[in-house]
Amino acid sequence: MTTQTQTGPDPKTELSSRGGGPRADRSFQVLTLAAGLLVLAVLALILITTTREAWPAFREMGLRFITQNRWDPPSEIFGGLAFIYGTAIVSLIALIFAVPVSIGIALFLTELAPRRLRAPAVTVIDLLAAVPSVVFGLWGVLVVAPKLVPIYQWIHDVLGGIPVIGAIFGQPVGSGRNFMTAGLILAIMITPIITSIAREVFDTVPRADKDAALALGATRWEMITGAVFPHSFGGLVGAVILGLGRAMGETIAIALIIGSSTQITANVFASGNAMPAVIVSQIGESTGTFTAALIGLGVVLFIMTVIINTAAQAIVRRAEIRMRGTAS
Amino acid sequence: MNRNVLSRRALVGVAVAALALAGCGGGDDDSDTGTGTGTDASAGASDYANLSGELKASGASFPDAFYQEVITEFKTVASGLTVNYNAVGSGQGKKDFGANLNDFAGTDSTVKDTDGPAAGSYLYVPTVAAPITVSYNLSGVDKLQLSPDTLAKIFQTDIKKWNDPLIGADNPGVTLPDKNITVAHRSDGSGTTNNFSKFLVAAAPAWKLKSGDTLDWPASTQGAEKNSGVAQLIKSADGGIGYVDFSDAKASGLSFAAIKNKDGQFVAASLEGATAALNGATIKDDLTYDPLNAAGPTTYAITAPTYILVRTTYSDAAKKDAVKGFVTYILNEGQTLAPEVDFAPLPEALKTKALAQLDKIQ
Repeated sequence: MTTQTQTGPDPKTELSSRGGGPRADRSFQVLTLAAGLLVLAVLALILITTTREAWPAFREMGLRFITQNRWDPPSEIFGGLAFIYGTAIVSLIALIFAVPVSIGIALFLTELAPRRLRAPAVTVIDLLAAVPSVVFGLWGVLVVAPKLVPIYQWIHDVLGGIPVIGAIFGQPVGSGRNFMTAGLILAIMITPIITSIAREVFDTVPRADKDAALALGATRWEMITGAVFPHSFGGLVGAVILGLGRAMGETIAIALIIGSSTQITANVFASGNAMPAVIVSQIGESTGTFTAALIGLGVVLFIMTVIINTAAQAIVRRAEIRMRGTAS
Repeated sequence: MNRNVLSRRALVGVAVAALALAGCGGGDDDSDTGTGTGTDASAGASDYANLSGELKASGASFPDAFYQEVITEFKTVASGLTVNYNAVGSGQGKKDFGANLNDFAGTDSTVKDTDGPAAGSYLYVPTVAAPITVSYNLSGVDKLQLSPDTLAKIFQTDIKKWNDPLIGADNPGVTLPDKNITVAHRSDGSGTTNNFSKFLVAAAPAWKLKSGDTLDWPASTQGAEKNSGVAQLIKSADGGIGYVDFSDAKASGLSFAAIKNKDGQFVAASLEGATAALNGATIKDDLTYDPLNAAGPTTYAITAPTYILVRTTYSDAAKKDAVKGFVTYILNEGQTLAPEVDFAPLPEALKTKALAQLDKIQ
């Protein structure tokens, strides 16, 4: 290769003589463009075909499909609001528990942990991601849920009397299968994803930034808030959104743990249901409009995910400008 | 139970060997492939060995344990024919049948226009029946009686406590505790839910939730996956009650309530009670029947039927013979296997009609 560039006076002709030149460039461009468009096309096709399959239910129910809280297959009434609510509340609980823990683990691993501890710790956390969700589900339903009932009862007894908070921590359901247990199990399931991405993100913070902060007399905490966080905010939001995506789409573990009641309640200790769980449970024995309604739930979930992702990107763009500004 | 099955298998093996010997001596005077008009088990047995190929079937999960048992036994007499039954649910089985994806389908419910199979393209063959128990977990109460109306009110949460006077009226002399009732139901669409709710529609004027594979359950009830999940949910909550198929309820060691039947008798779930319900049910011309809330003093009121859908015409003659052969086996030898896996065999009269139904296959 070096000899070739030496003999040729003009590198451009030299390259083209070795295969293609502008034509190769063009075809490579077309190829990558096609690969990029393929993803969009697949997404569009998924949306189109599922919407078409779900159309009988959308036509029948109209907007009530997402605003009505009544799921009554024998009467052909399909209002999925309770399931949308369930998906949202369970994902929210999962994020509340998983995000601080994950970021804590990631910070510990990148900034505080002794070097020889890092590799084994990372392996253990990645192993958590390798546990199949049905195992989490069974563990949740057979072990965790019954054990948590007395704790829920205690929290209810202590906080139940306070106005607003009391409504959130209402009378726990006897089996322990409720929003809270589902959210906690989900939190464990999404922790490895958020942790591993957050760790990668923290690793990209330039050594110089951190050293500069320390040199200015910053404590370790000030270094983290002043140098690490501003630099990695966008990546962290990405990590949380990936975790949220997993939480919203989680199916079998939630189907097992959430208790399968159709209701909207502020009480996190009550049973509910979530969209993916409803789909997987009920589609086997469904026909006609009922099947269409279940596919419709899938469409709603898909659209919700797209909206959340778009919103997150907007947040990242806006916040990055702001935080980079203050940080520098 | 396991030993029972094993010893039965050994017996069947011996019987098959004997039949094979007899067949050799007798020549092939009986060469038409198991059309199954006779109810005599030995008449068809020698023909099973001639069957070959592969049968794909899918459908109801309710009779799955029974079909798998029959398939295992069938293999010992028809080694050339492989039968695969995939318990994907009645609804999916019917869809598959309509799309020509299986050779026969299992279903707990009759075929509706929107289910897939075209009218006239299928025949019903009843195979077995089984009681659906009302299982409960209530410490200190080992005998519980419920009338259909009380049952309906419990499941639609009109009755919230075990010491409700309505439950007390069904259980004179029993001290019921002041405990909350936790109602457990299926979270997945299920023929068991369908049959349970159909029973309540038929027997309990108080029932308001209609019938179907999935119901609009009250918010305070809880759902779980499959029969085993409901059984587990009932076990996990003191004060729990739910409907569970007979074999899962037995396997989980749950107590079942005795249900008041049409004749006013409280009868607990049993295979005898289920067979009595079949005797009390009216059989329609297409061989569908409704054993729910059937008449008779010893009838167990919540007994569910299950059918196999066969095609009226099979383009492939070998496939036709294979389907006929296998279903004949279910109706003859299979019936004696049913009680071992907690299913109730068909009464003789219905079995004869079912075998005659197979002759209509072209």
